[in-house]
Amino acid sequence: MSHPTAEQLYTLAEQQLAALTTPLKPKDRMAIPAQEMPAQDPTLRRENMQEVALGYSEAQAKLEAERCLQCPTKPCIKGCPVGIDIPGFIQKITEGNFADAIGIIRENSLLPAVCGRVCPQETQCQAPCTVGKALKSVDKAVAIGRLERFVADWERENGLIKTPHVKPDTGKKVAIVGSGPASITVAADVRREGHSVTVFEAFHRPGGVLLYGIPEFRLPKAIVDREIEELRAMGVEVITDFVIGRTRRLTDLLKKDGYDALFVGTGAGLPKFMNIEGENLVGVFSANEYLTRANLMKGYDNRAATPIFPSRKVAVLGGGNVAMDAARCALRLGAEEVHLIYRRTEAEMPARVEEIAHAKEEGIQFHLLQNPTRILADERGWVSGMELLQYELGEPDDSGRRRPVPVKGSECEMDVDTVIVAIGNDSNPLIRQTTPGLETSKWGTLVVDETGKTSIDRVFAGGDIVLGAATVILAMGEGRRAAKAINELLARS
Amino acid sequence: MNKILHKKRLATDVYQMRIAAPLIASERKAGQFVIVQIDSHFGERIPLTIADADTKEGSITLIFQAVGRTTHLLAEKSVGDTVAHVLGPLGTPTHIEKFGRVICVGGGIGVAPLHPIAQAMKAAGNELIIIMGARSKELLILEEEMRKIADELVICTDDGSYGRKGLVTEPLKDFCASAPKPDLAVAIGPPVMMKFCAETTRPFAVKTMVSLNTIMVDGTGMCGGCRVTVGEETKFVCVDGPEFDGHLVDFDNMITRLQAFKPKEDAEHHRCHLEEIAEKSP
Ligand SMILES: Cc1cc2nc3c(=O)[nH]c(=O)nc-3n(C[C@H](O)[C@H](O)[C@H](O)COP(=O)(O)OP(=O)(O)OC[C@H]3O[C@@H](n4cnc5c(N)ncnc54)[C@H](O)[C@@H]3O)c2cc1C
Ligand code: SF4
Ligand code: FES
Repeated sequence: MSHPTAEQLYTLAEQQLAALTTPLKPKDRMAIPAQEMPAQDPTLRRENMQEVALGYSEAQAKLEAERCLQCPTKPCIKGCPVGIDIPGFIQKITEGNFADAIGIIRENSLLPAVCGRVCPQETQCQAPCTVGKALKSVDKAVAIGRLERFVADWERENGLIKTPHVKPDTGKKVAIVGSGPASITVAADVRREGHSVTVFEAFHRPGGVLLYGIPEFRLPKAIVDREIEELRAMGVEVITDFVIGRTRRLTDLLKKDGYDALFVGTGAGLPKFMNIEGENLVGVFSANEYLTRANLMKGYDNRAATPIFPSRKVAVLGGGNVAMDAARCALRLGAEEVHLIYRRTEAEMPARVEEIAHAKEEGIQFHLLQNPTRILADERGWVSGMELLQYELGEPDDSGRRRPVPVKGSECEMDVDTVIVAIGNDSNPLIRQTTPGLETSKWGTLVVDETGKTSIDRVFAGGDIVLGAATVILAMGEGRRAAKAINELLARS
Repeated sequence: MNKILHKKRLATDVYQMRIAAPLIASERKAGQFVIVQIDSHFGERIPLTIADADTKEGSITLIFQAVGRTTHLLAEKSVGDTVAHVLGPLGTPTHIEKFGRVICVGGGIGVAPLHPIAQAMKAAGNELIIIMGARSKELLILEEEMRKIADELVICTDDGSYGRKGLVTEPLKDFCASAPKPDLAVAIGPPVMMKFCAETTRPFAVKTMVSLNTIMVDGTGMCGGCRVTVGEETKFVCVDGPEFDGHLVDFDNMITRLQAFKPKEDAEHHRCHLEEIAEKSP
């Protein structure tokens, strides 16, 4: 089947919407076709960095919203990490009241345009959706994420984002370390209460992984910049090129610089490697390095001074969002072939299903149940290939999962000149090494109590630095929790 | 922020700049560096060692050679201009203590990062021998500054236009071979020079610290682009270093990795050139 254009999908939706006869019974709602997300043609988009998913039209959004059964038990809300009133905002979309719809989302979520694009909805709100269950496929669930994106984009594109009201100055000061989604949330929530807020970011541009990791074709940077502008409009001071632990120590912020509370949202920025032979050859990159060069440093633009490795055949190791992003970036940066190597099967891949589907459409070649044993070099010390070992699914273990076990003697070689390691991140040790008394787990993450407080008084933490590499929405949820505790602390003292 | 307060040309293509950065100036210690970016949109991030700092003025001194895109742009800036981004101080500071007899070897622009370390070693009560090398007389930098702190100073030039003719490894070997044996050597310069300094001191079992200048992106331990093999382990130069035990560093791997973004033909040419130098060296 050829790729449907956005216009075709939009026209079809107009016709389908016009054909609806009210009142709709549940059976009628279930019969409305699930709205496909219009996307750039795969053969074209693999040559550009522009956003792949183009967004619903009004008619598509309304139709998709009509598929919602308004279940009295609201199972979807239980699946949402921040408890958005999902049927509530969907109802408003059916009424064409997009302003109220986004208002409902904003009660619980600060970054709807981001979350609508990057949340793993199929394992969160859409997993328990009644419609999906009835139609026996989570793919057929109400497309909650796409609807969220639709109203968030509608609000932004119509210039309707309102800077939140800020209470009169309290004279209290809060410092926030890092500028990812956890930090953005804390900054907004704490500033609203009238406290002065300073964000310290090590990089030259704020936004965290949203900026340096997730590529433009999945999350346009203008959206992230917009969120930061919003913070500035609220009076939040954002200082870049400032690394806590080096430019200034965490404890100095409290003891010398007069901050009343701190939030640490430094993320999970320590790339893991496989620890196999050949990993330090020229042509082996961590996904962090590859993506930072491509995204933050704009490697895709020929005006950029930061070089990109000229690759012909690329192997990406891993099966998460990071791996998909790296693979799809490599393709856009000119690689002829991109291979994705994953030790388990597709069902276990932690990446969003949409990204897996998009990656395949673009021609990324998946090699499942395989794992590299070593990376091979040419005489100059550059990558010339990789040795792979095949796996098969073994007997189910106690949890009922069939673990992959290596097939003896199944080694084979793959001809590649670039290897991108995307097997996950640990937490960056800089803060813990320079902050005596800060309790960490054996994985290096910060230990916090149920309010988000660390082992040091007045120091809170959240996001990937607490959870290990997780998700945007969880980082936001953690930020919310810590902000609440910080506001309560400052109200008391 | 980051205003250029002073600029001076030290040698052909080598510049010294004092840049206003009060926090970095007060926090920095010998051996640390900054990441500099000239253009916020399309610039690259490059590491430069902090050669000196003035806490009163709130400034740091950078010494750099205009070799790449960013260093050329930096060299074109004048007093009063600002540098868009300066991040630091980064890296683990040099371990300074009273070792006894310390021999500091600097090659070319490597004399700049060596200077604050030599200063600190002297201040800690060490006897200080300094060997400085350059291709020729007009490429020699910081001679006055080094002379002030050295108990003994040897200068070598490749072409014999000043000081001893020859490579820094020759006097280094002499010092190692004669009593009293140095307690520590610190070698900073081009990778090949550091490699051969380490090879020179190895038979004498003189512990040799080297300061590595690898390709970097973030400078905070996030990307792993700066990684090197030290002993059996992979280390990140920007956080675990920049200083390492020269006897454990895999210089060949590091030198190859430095070529990663040069066109392949270039890399091959470089390799031949290295082999040539290697043949000439002791
Ligand atoms: C390539 C990639 C794709 C992803 N895709 C998805 C997705 O599709 N969906 C999803 O939900 N999640 C995704 N994630 C995960 C998600 O981005 C993270 O879980 C989330 O960004 C974590 O937010 P955070 O606020 O904890 O930290 P981060 O976003 O990691 O931000 C931390 C910030 O702190 C700064 N910092 C670190 N140390 C210091 C210091 N000492 N001083 C000052 N600043 C410091 C860093 O420079 C960084 O900007 C992805 C991650 C990656 C890497
Ligand atoms: S579970 Fe699905 S159908 Fe039910 S209210 Fe939520 S979105 Fe609507
Ligand atoms: S420069 Fe990125 S980890 Fe060292």
